[in-house]
Amino acid sequence: MKKIIIAIGLYFSLYLGAQAQTLEKFRDKANKNYFIKNLKLEEINFVTSYYQQDGNNSAVTGGIGTEALFNVGNSLDVTLSLKDKRERVHTLNGVVNIDAYTSASSDNIDPATNSGASRSDVHVYPSLTYAVQSPKTGITKSFGISGSYEYDYYSIGVNAGISKLSKDKNTEISFKAGAFFDQWKVILPYELRPPGQGDDDDNYGSAPRNSYNAGLTLSRVVNKNLQVLLMIDPSFQDGLLSTPYHRVYFTDGTHSTEKLPSQRFKLPIGMRASYFVGDNIILRGFYRYYMDNWGMTGHTASLEVPIKITPFASISPFYRFNRQTAVDHFNAFGEANASSQYHTSDYDISGFDSHYLGLGFRKSTPGGVLGIKHFNAFEFRAAYYQRSTGMQAGIASLLLKIK
Amino acid sequence: MNIKQCLAVGGLFLLATSCVSVKEYQKSKINDAEMELSSRKSEKFEQSFYLYREGPAGANGGKSGGGCGCN
Repeated sequence: MKKIIIAIGLYFSLYLGAQAQTLEKFRDKANKNYFIKNLKLEEINFVTSYYQQDGNNSAVTGGIGTEALFNVGNSLDVTLSLKDKRERVHTLNGVVNIDAYTSASSDNIDPATNSGASRSDVHVYPSLTYAVQSPKTGITKSFGISGSYEYDYYSIGVNAGISKLSKDKNTEISFKAGAFFDQWKVILPYELRPPGQGDDDDNYGSAPRNSYNAGLTLSRVVNKNLQVLLMIDPSFQDGLLSTPYHRVYFTDGTHSTEKLPSQRFKLPIGMRASYFVGDNIILRGFYRYYMDNWGMTGHTASLEVPIKITPFASISPFYRFNRQTAVDHFNAFGEANASSQYHTSDYDISGFDSHYLGLGFRKSTPGGVLGIKHFNAFEFRAAYYQRSTGMQAGIASLLLKIK
Repeated sequence: MNIKQCLAVGGLFLLATSCVSVKEYQKSKINDAEMELSSRKSEKFEQSFYLYREGPAGANGGKSGGGCGCN
């Protein structure tokens, strides 16, 4: 009797196992079909850009010398979405960015050989972000990873965020946090290298630079024509924050490399507002106040005015102004004190005003731009930039959107 | 900007945002692509060059770390 009971028990458990496997196979198949059926290519954005600058305050040569730089940037951005059985929307966004640039100042890291670290280089920085949005709760959670690679520098980043949309969909609050773990090749100017270093590319030392940032954003639809947004983005950096091949020339005629504190805390607070004036004009405004513990403060403001020339096309003149004070350790060429602990002649962190003026054109047609069905939008922007230090730059960007 | 100024900006923001609820069918202008509060995708490389050529960074929707931009 005992054997019969055991046999029945075995048979029954095998039967249940087989049933479970069949059910699992059915579920897998159903899920796969459901997944394929509901996966949607949300949009593809391709951006290409050309940037050119020139000036006479290169940090590589201690605050004097050419700043000529050319950069061609390309970005491919693909977004997929999937609505699950609980009506949650899953989104996967992948971006690949590639910059190719030439920098005249970098030739001067080692002018004897013209083998400067980034004389011409390719900068690749991909990212991947997954987000899930629940329409029932209005909560969106996201997680992302990113990377960045160039000859003398690489970086790995992670980030996560959460946002909550109010029931009336007029208010959204979001929080994000991220960290970047970077690694430098410590390439010194050729005349300051220890004997033997720099003869080949692999014997430079390396040093870390880590960045941690958080962000709190509150956005609100104020009325039928106006929406506003407030952002606070504190960040903290530690590690090698000076650029090892930037030279600094002292009052006594000697020179060394840039030295800056190994920690920096930044606090930017920004506001954005978009206002629809009448039927054809939009005002897009931005203001940011910035401060950090290196003694820099800054005010940045911009205004863009898209004017709709048809319901699906607009032209957008824009202007941006930035005023910043110098960091405490900045000195012009030949003015730094050799006995000071920290010193830099990098004009990017000096005190200056900058003006940025440009024009954009945007065309977006539901039926497709130029009659091409999925060619959803086309944008072109060109702008001129001038700094009170004398540096000038120009940039032109083109965006194509497939949807 | 001191704490009083920060509070003033925050207060103005709260004042501006304490308004009536706008219904979905009233959002034809709010939902216009030109009204987006985030920066445009076509501004991507402009954001990068601000980050590299200027000291202040962050609070503008662009990236605020990672990568060098030291040329």
